[in-house]
Amino acid sequence: MTGFLFENAWMIPALPLISILLIGLFATGSNARAAGIIGSVAIGTAFLLTCGLGLSYLSSAAAGASAVTWSIEWLRYQDHLVVSMGTLIDPISLLLLFVVTSVSLLVHVYSIGYMAGDEGYSRYFVFLSLFTFSMLGLVLAPNLLQMYVFWELVGVSSFLLIGFYYTLPEAIAASKKAFIVTRFADLFFLAGILVLGFFVHQLVVDPAWGGVSGTADQSAAATQALDFATINSERVLENLKGQAGIFGLDLLTVAMLLVFIGAAGKSAMFPLHVWLPDAMAGPTPVSALIHAATMVVAGVYLVARLFPGFAASGDALDVVAAVGCFTCLFAALIACTQRDIKRVLAFSTLSQIGYMMLALGVASAEHPAGLGAAMFHLFTHAFFKALLFLGAGSVIHAVHSNDVADLGGLRKKMPLTHATFLIATIAIAGVPPLAGFFSKDEILGAALDGEHRLVFGVGLFVAALTAFYMFRLYILTFLGGHKSDGAAKAHESPPIMTIPLVVLGVMSVCGGWIAVSQFVLPGVELHAHLLVMGLSVAAAVVGIGAAFWLYGGQSNRAQTMAESMGGIYRLVQNKFYIDEVYLLVTKMIFRFIAAPAAWFDRHVVDAAMNLSATVVRWLGARLNVLQTGQVQTYGIWMINGTILVLLFLWLVQR
Amino acid sequence: MSWLSLLILIPFATALAVVATPDSKWYVRRWVALFGTGVVLALSLVMSLSYMQAVQQRGGDASVLTISQMEFEQSIPWFKSMGIEYHVGVDGIAMAMIVLTAIIIFTGVLASWEVKDRSREFYAFLLVLVTGVFGVFISVDLFLFFLFYEVAVLPMYLLIGVWGTGRKEYSAMKLTLMLMVGSALVLVGMLALYHAAGSQTFDLNKLAMVDYSRDLQQWVFPCVFVGFGVLGALFPFHTWSPDGHASAPTAVSMLHAGVLMKLGGYGVLRVAVYLMPEGAKQWALFFLVLTTINIVYGAYAAVRQTDLKYFTAYSSVSHCGFVLFGLCSLNLMGFKGAVIQMFSHGIMTGLFFGLIGMVYGRSKTRDLTKMGGLSKRIPWLATSFYIAGLASLGLPGLSGFVAESTVFLGGFFGNRWGDATTMRICTLLATSSIVVTAVYVLRGLSRVFQGPMTKSEFNQMQDATIPEKLCTGILVATLAIVGMYPPVLIDLIEHAILPIANRF
Amino acid sequence: MFPTPTITHWLTLSALLFSIGLYGIFTRRNAVGVLLSIELTLNSAILNILIFNRFVASDDVDGQVLVLFIIAAAAAEAVVALAIFVSFYRHRHTLDVTQANHIYDQGNRTS
Repeated sequence: MTGFLFENAWMIPALPLISILLIGLFATGSNARAAGIIGSVAIGTAFLLTCGLGLSYLSSAAAGASAVTWSIEWLRYQDHLVVSMGTLIDPISLLLLFVVTSVSLLVHVYSIGYMAGDEGYSRYFVFLSLFTFSMLGLVLAPNLLQMYVFWELVGVSSFLLIGFYYTLPEAIAASKKAFIVTRFADLFFLAGILVLGFFVHQLVVDPAWGGVSGTADQSAAATQALDFATINSERVLENLKGQAGIFGLDLLTVAMLLVFIGAAGKSAMFPLHVWLPDAMAGPTPVSALIHAATMVVAGVYLVARLFPGFAASGDALDVVAAVGCFTCLFAALIACTQRDIKRVLAFSTLSQIGYMMLALGVASAEHPAGLGAAMFHLFTHAFFKALLFLGAGSVIHAVHSNDVADLGGLRKKMPLTHATFLIATIAIAGVPPLAGFFSKDEILGAALDGEHRLVFGVGLFVAALTAFYMFRLYILTFLGGHKSDGAAKAHESPPIMTIPLVVLGVMSVCGGWIAVSQFVLPGVELHAHLLVMGLSVAAAVVGIGAAFWLYGGQSNRAQTMAESMGGIYRLVQNKFYIDEVYLLVTKMIFRFIAAPAAWFDRHVVDAAMNLSATVVRWLGARLNVLQTGQVQTYGIWMINGTILVLLFLWLVQR
Repeated sequence: MSWLSLLILIPFATALAVVATPDSKWYVRRWVALFGTGVVLALSLVMSLSYMQAVQQRGGDASVLTISQMEFEQSIPWFKSMGIEYHVGVDGIAMAMIVLTAIIIFTGVLASWEVKDRSREFYAFLLVLVTGVFGVFISVDLFLFFLFYEVAVLPMYLLIGVWGTGRKEYSAMKLTLMLMVGSALVLVGMLALYHAAGSQTFDLNKLAMVDYSRDLQQWVFPCVFVGFGVLGALFPFHTWSPDGHASAPTAVSMLHAGVLMKLGGYGVLRVAVYLMPEGAKQWALFFLVLTTINIVYGAYAAVRQTDLKYFTAYSSVSHCGFVLFGLCSLNLMGFKGAVIQMFSHGIMTGLFFGLIGMVYGRSKTRDLTKMGGLSKRIPWLATSFYIAGLASLGLPGLSGFVAESTVFLGGFFGNRWGDATTMRICTLLATSSIVVTAVYVLRGLSRVFQGPMTKSEFNQMQDATIPEKLCTGILVATLAIVGMYPPVLIDLIEHAILPIANRF
Repeated sequence: MFPTPTITHWLTLSALLFSIGLYGIFTRRNAVGVLLSIELTLNSAILNILIFNRFVASDDVDGQVLVLFIIAAAAAEAVVALAIFVSFYRHRHTLDVTQANHIYDQGNRTS
């Protein structure tokens, strides 16, 4: 894989980095308006480079291959454990590159309008560029540690952006929560890196072992333990699978599960999902970019990167499937009861990422279709979910409220927003021929092929739920009459904000027609299931019908139904009280670990030190009695001492 | 004369020049001090470049060495009868520490730009202290090493006792006494090594060639380790640090946490681990457990602090634990991580204490609970504070990550002499501190800088002045450079670490 | 007639003198008494020098010269001591040496 673009793929992440510098240097004070333009131009160029890269990849003979096209040594731990910064080009990294640069570009453009007049305008674009840089670095990572490095950086840029409105207590709390929860998950990721680093390194340096390819080839000298190529090689995986880990699991499963916890944290899988709904306290375009389209799918990307490992382990993949399956159902249920437009979308995101995880989980080394399906869904989801968020942002911008109780009847007031939002809603609901239908269908097909009937059933049910809650949101927001002054006075957003909506709308319609799965898994046969298609369309129709029946028109059916369910409804509406449980646990940690530690330090360790000082002082005081200040006493001591010494000497002499 | 001697002569001459300034012109002193430390900073950078060149010219395979290779060596007999020499020389580790010290003192002078009260004595003591620190790093002769070590520790008493705040006499006394007890242990250990060698020399590299008996190493190693460990805030001998740092004036806190605490780790590496590998093998696991406590316990204790300085001091206890933790892993990555952490933590904590001083100067309080929303008025300081905080929680792209990840890998890889499971559990426990660190750093920073402004007086605050911007800017840039391109530091130190690691 | 005193007799005399002086130094409470006792011990030392000069190196006069110097120094010392006493008396209105310990633990004394 050669060519200017391949060997200089580092330029793609470098562009947003340059934009940070330029904004920091020039777009300050009265020039702040330039920040948006600089950021957009930089990311636009990166987008063009990505397109060029993708085209030359497709046209080259190397299609389907994977190669590290550029790298520099970054952190030298020891031999065979040298971490490089580099660019790994293969189908999934290209796919993600395209998603990240395109959505980021649109969000940048949209933000020029959305953030106009905000006092933190250039700060916003610095953070946004920082995020884009980190995300691109993550996507291109050729080794686990580079992944982790940028993984943390996206985490911190997400933290900065969630807490962008830093005077609002809920934004600060949400940003801290997001950072700490994902950090907690990253701890396991790091532990996974330590485990893989040690055991793979042990193999690589073993002279008897003879390289990843099984023959002692020359390239063994350059093998680095943390490279994906090394970790994913069959021989390494086989060997790790053969070693015993802890809790009766094999080493490979242990390592993969540790990494998966990291992935689950960033992708907000149950039970580490609590931060994502709160993260909606950030500016809405940020939610579209980070908390819907790109960063939260990093976990999916990580699992896909290490897919050979997960597949070889088997058990780890089952865990992925189970967690994905549970999260998608769990989040979809909650989404049906939320009243905040962004929270509905957040839970919908959780549910859809669960869907992707589920797809990865039903794949296997023999039937990798799920992997392609997951990537396909990641691709389509990025566009329609970003569109939904940006549409929601447009609504919030116009009405100044997130609560569906204040919205309603915006169809006429904001025609473009309405139209694009409707497209995205149909797309996510899985109605053909829009994007969501194809990817969802592929996932369900993969689940059925992989003999995962329960997963298939849950997937189908969630498809119906998705259609239901999305149309509920659509109806409450755009149909009916105005429920507040804000909604009555609303007007369409400026073109700088609506153009990205239209572009995303086009992608939401056409995205599904691109054969992403074939791109990701060339040569894998995919057979269309008419049965699955029929069932998924039926599920969508049922969901949409239920939404119109409950929320359309002037009936009170929704309310009556909610009341009739009573406790269960409240349980779901309060997100199963998971946040409260976490709050309790963190309070316990503070109360029973941190406070005692601080107390112990002052009252035991330090007191022990002070005690030794006190003892010395006490002894001193006792000895002090001898020190009378009377020269005569001293003299007597002296003389007596002299006599004793003389006596002693005399006795010795004799 | 070796260039190295300039490193102690220039600060000392600057101290004398400061003393010679006329009474009425207090503002001259800071320029004199800034000039002197600036020259030292430039010199240290030039020297580290020429050190790298010298190493390349020397060539040879460092992976087989077991004796540290010193550059810029110079040796003048001093007390011939006891074999004491003025013997100076540096390897990469010392060079990195010298650069660190030079950066910290230069920025420290900038941070104490507004000290007017008895500024003559203040700057003079500060510079004498730095003379001692440089002396320690350039010494190859153990006696000289110890001499400078004491020179570095003692001015601290006066600097805290006179220019400090709060319970300054108590803190100064506590700090000095605890460090003196540590020194006594170190001295005992050094003399034991001197006598056991029987070759009438204090030369580090000559002592390194002696085969000390296991029995001797068994008791001398813990002596020296604990002795230096006190300065490196080894649990449970760390309690001087919160009180000492809380009471010390800004530049002194910077220098103390940034550089002096590193003397502990440096001494452990140079004297205890280097000279007594057998003792290290026997004791490493014990001290590894102790330093794990350091790391985790310091972090948890920091969570509960409300005074910014106590908060940073406990965080230092936790982070200095990483230094000793890395040293106890007894492998290449552990040592490398420890040295990077010394450098990284030095810069980071220097930045922290510098910023605390600047914020305190404006808000007149260090109580977290009384501050809020400051970033609106002092964006520069807030940004720098956030960068320091992110470095301390190990964010990649800043130096903390480079250090901590290396230490973790070192601990996890372990060694042949300690129980692998225990070492791994300790490593994972130590790793878990990154979450706790995130909790306290974010909690502390958001209290101070975010949210609504708590007092109307805060509206009068001015953002950083030019010296302050320069001070924080240099430190932030250092954190970022090492974090973004670690080879700048690793290439400097690796060649020096190999001989020590090869002894195991 | 008395027998000719030998060196032993003389030295015994000197030792007695010294002991009396020493006893006085440690037991007298009056500063002047202490000074007198000090002079006694000093004189015993002088006596010793003279004795040894006479019995060991009777041809030389070094010892006698030395003694003259010592007497002069003793006189000077007595002057200094008396001056201190006067000053002390002015401050404390006493010459009791047990009161002369305020260099020890100043904080505990209020006088």
